[in-house]
Formats: sequence, structure tokens, C-alpha cells
Amino acid sequence: MTAVPHRRTVVVTGMGAVSPLGLGAATLHDRWAAGEVGITDGAGTCREFDPKDHLSIKEARRLDRFAQLAVVAAGESIAQAGWDGDAPYDPLRIGCIVATGIGGIETVETQHDIMRDRGVKMVSPLGIPQYMPNAGAAAVTMKYSLRGQSYGVVSACASGGHAIGSAMRMIQYGDADAVVCGGAEATLTPFGFACFNSMQALSPTGMSRPFDARRDGFVMGEGAGMLVLEEEEAARARGATILGEIAGYGSTTDAHHLTAPEPTGGPASRAMELAMRDAGAVAEQLDYINAHGTSTQLNDAAETAAIKLALGDQARRIPISSTKSSIGHTLGAAGAVEAVATLRTLITGVIAPTLGYEQPDPACDLDYVPGEARPLVTGNGHPPLAISNSFAFGGHNVALALRGAAK
Amino acid sequence: MSVTTEQVESRVVETLASFGPDASQITRTATFEELDIDSLDLVELAQVVEDEYGVVLKGEDMKELKTVGDAIDLIVARAA
Repeated sequence: MTAVPHRRTVVVTGMGAVSPLGLGAATLHDRWAAGEVGITDGAGTCREFDPKDHLSIKEARRLDRFAQLAVVAAGESIAQAGWDGDAPYDPLRIGCIVATGIGGIETVETQHDIMRDRGVKMVSPLGIPQYMPNAGAAAVTMKYSLRGQSYGVVSACASGGHAIGSAMRMIQYGDADAVVCGGAEATLTPFGFACFNSMQALSPTGMSRPFDARRDGFVMGEGAGMLVLEEEEAARARGATILGEIAGYGSTTDAHHLTAPEPTGGPASRAMELAMRDAGAVAEQLDYINAHGTSTQLNDAAETAAIKLALGDQARRIPISSTKSSIGHTLGAAGAVEAVATLRTLITGVIAPTLGYEQPDPACDLDYVPGEARPLVTGNGHPPLAISNSFAFGGHNVALALRGAAK
Repeated sequence: MSVTTEQVESRVVETLASFGPDASQITRTATFEELDIDSLDLVELAQVVEDEYGVVLKGEDMKELKTVGDAIDLIVARAA
């Protein structure tokens, strides 16, 4: 591999989340670390989210729930960045990438019911603009007047990771000075459940317990995670508080099976290796892994194999936990929601546990942080470094290397 | 079809209010621009009108409409 030329550093200056644990990026990590589970009746619903609290009637009725979640999480991240409705860069230099795995499925279902019951002429003109997968990006850019490159990213459960990685590259290459990026998903609908159920992907017991021997499928969740990324020098020049760095991005594809992961973990491990190399780091410097950890038999075993391939002897040393043990699987939002949770881990120095993990599985033999939260331990006083994994139906793999801010 | 102006006005105001503007602002002289009612909203309004009164409003009809009163008058005239 050729040497990477000097390039711009990408820092995080704002984060936002709406999750089954409540509103807010800090809430997500604090409640997870405290052992709270946001799953009820087999679904991770954002029960504390009411669009009326955040959006006008006109905004709310023009956005599918997934885009509503994106706008609210973006609002939190932009407020934390201190943009205060007045962005510190030329709007044409601010990009926006909002991922989703599915898009506005609730809108599709509603409008299809109307077409069947009341005829084609009664289908709403808002149908397409609500359910298009780029609706999240459209909504966030309009709300915050972002006029640089913007689009949606679609790669099932890796979408959120791809959004952040693509945003990082956009800034590194110089196409933007800042990017508001992340992912959103809202698929807790009858058709959404029917489709995932018929794949036998969902847990029949309604329990998300990644890496546990008794794991029996994922629990579907909804939510959004959004981040404000800025070029480091510009962020420092304006006096922004640096929350962390998007230090590395690696992405590969299994090209193996429509839904099952490649069982050796080879391509997924390569994504992790690429992210580490991109960050200029070696396995000895890695302090934490936020696993994809879906609670399916296949993913958790393949991910364990991938971590061992990528990190060798170091794999047994590094604490690994899954946010999905607390909120379920937020699909296309997961990569972004979990990047937020990972950065909060680096900021607070608290590693939240893999909740519900009790019975070891011989195929999953690493340190999954059972029981309770524990302190993040970093060696040699270097800023903490973590990897956040996202793998997807379709075989898409993403690893993000995230570095805490220097003290 | 016996539709009174009052009936149409009430239905139009109710529909437009559901799109976002405050009902008190929706007067006969209020313009769609003032109310932030755009072309997508007007298509939805046309769907309600067709469903309720059987009056078909096409895109070219809607383009001519500037105020709430314009819409009410057109619907009443067409329904007559």
C-alpha cells in the first residue's frame, strides 16, 4: 500500500441522538452505561420522542418519522457545535450526509393503504418526498441552510458508518470544511416487522443479548445519530470545543451471501485493518471496540472471528461491547448512533457493558464487558482510540476508528 | 349539487389549517404566499375538494389562485 499523503484532520464538534433510551447523545451513553434497556415488547421504540415538541406542524407532516428523527438529532449536534443557527463557514462549504437503511417505510405503507382503499387519485403528493431515502439529508439541509454536497447513503445496517466515512473523506479531500452527517431509521411498522420476521432475523424472545450463547436474533430499534464534523484547523481557529476525531475509515464487502456474513470474518477484519491503518495506529494502541454485535448467531460469531483476524493477540485484551444490547438494532442509523455512543465512551472514560451477556459461547470468546460498566483504560497517556463496527445485509462492512480529544 | 359558500369556506379553512398555518390567519383575503401554502399543499387541497364535492381542480386552475377567497369562489362555481 502506498503511503498516505498529508491530509486534513477531521474532528467532531457536535453530536446528537434520538434513541430508545431517550433524547440526547449523553442520555444514550449514560443510560446504557447505567444498565438501562430501551427495549419494550420486543422493539426499541423512541418513546420519549414526540415530533410536536421539536417541529412545526408543517415540518412534521412533510417528514416521515425517520427524517423527523434525523432533523432533531442534527439540531442537537449543531447546537453543541455552537453554530447557533449561524454556521461559521460559507454554507456552500458545508456538506450533509444522512444515511438510512430503508427510508420512509411508514409513508409507503400509509399511502399504499390509501391507494387501495380510496383510489390512486387520493395518494398524497407528499408520498415521494417523504419516503425517498434522501429525505433525511433534504430535511436537514433545508432546516439548517447547508448548501454544500449532500445526499443519502444506503447500505442497510452499515449505512450510518458509510455516512460518517464519506463525510470524513469529503472534508479530507477539501470538498467541504464541515459536514453534518449520520443516520436515521424508523421501521417499527407492521410491514417492517413482517419482512424481518419472515427472514427469521428477529429475536423470537424479544431479547437483545449479543455474544451470549442463547442469542436468537436481533431486536429492531429506531432512532438517529448525527455528528458535526469539521476540518481541525478551521475548528480550532474559531475556538470550537473538539470532542474527538474521526481518525480512520475502512470499508470492504463480503461478496458472499445476500444476508449471511462471510463466516471467516476475512473481509470484515480487513475493514478494521484499513481503519486502523488510516488512523496511523496499531492494535496495541486500541482501547475499545464498539461491536456491531447484533445478537444473531451468525453475526456475533463472524464478528468475533474478524476481530481476532484484525488484531491478533491484542483481540483478547481489548474490551468489546454492543450498544444493541441496550437499544436493539437501529439498522441504517446504527453506525451513526453507535459512533456517538463510542465517542461518549472516549469522552466520559466509561465503557458501557454488553447487557444481558451471561452465558459464554465457544464461538465468541473475547472480553464483551459483561455485567457492569468499567473504566476505559488507556496506555501511555495517548488519547483513547476505539473502533466502531457496522456490517450489513448485502455484505457491506464498515469500521470507523475514533480517537478521543487530546487532553 | 347544493353546496353553500359557507360550507366550502369552512372545509377549505379546516384543510389549510391542517397544513400548518394558524386558523385565525386563514381569511378570504389571505394569500397562499403569506400562509406559506405551496404547490404541494394545493394539490392536497384539490384532493380533498374532489373527494368532497366531486370538483376536479387541475394544475392550471390552481396556478391562477392567489388568495383563499379565489379558491373558495372557484370551488363553489365549479360545484354549481
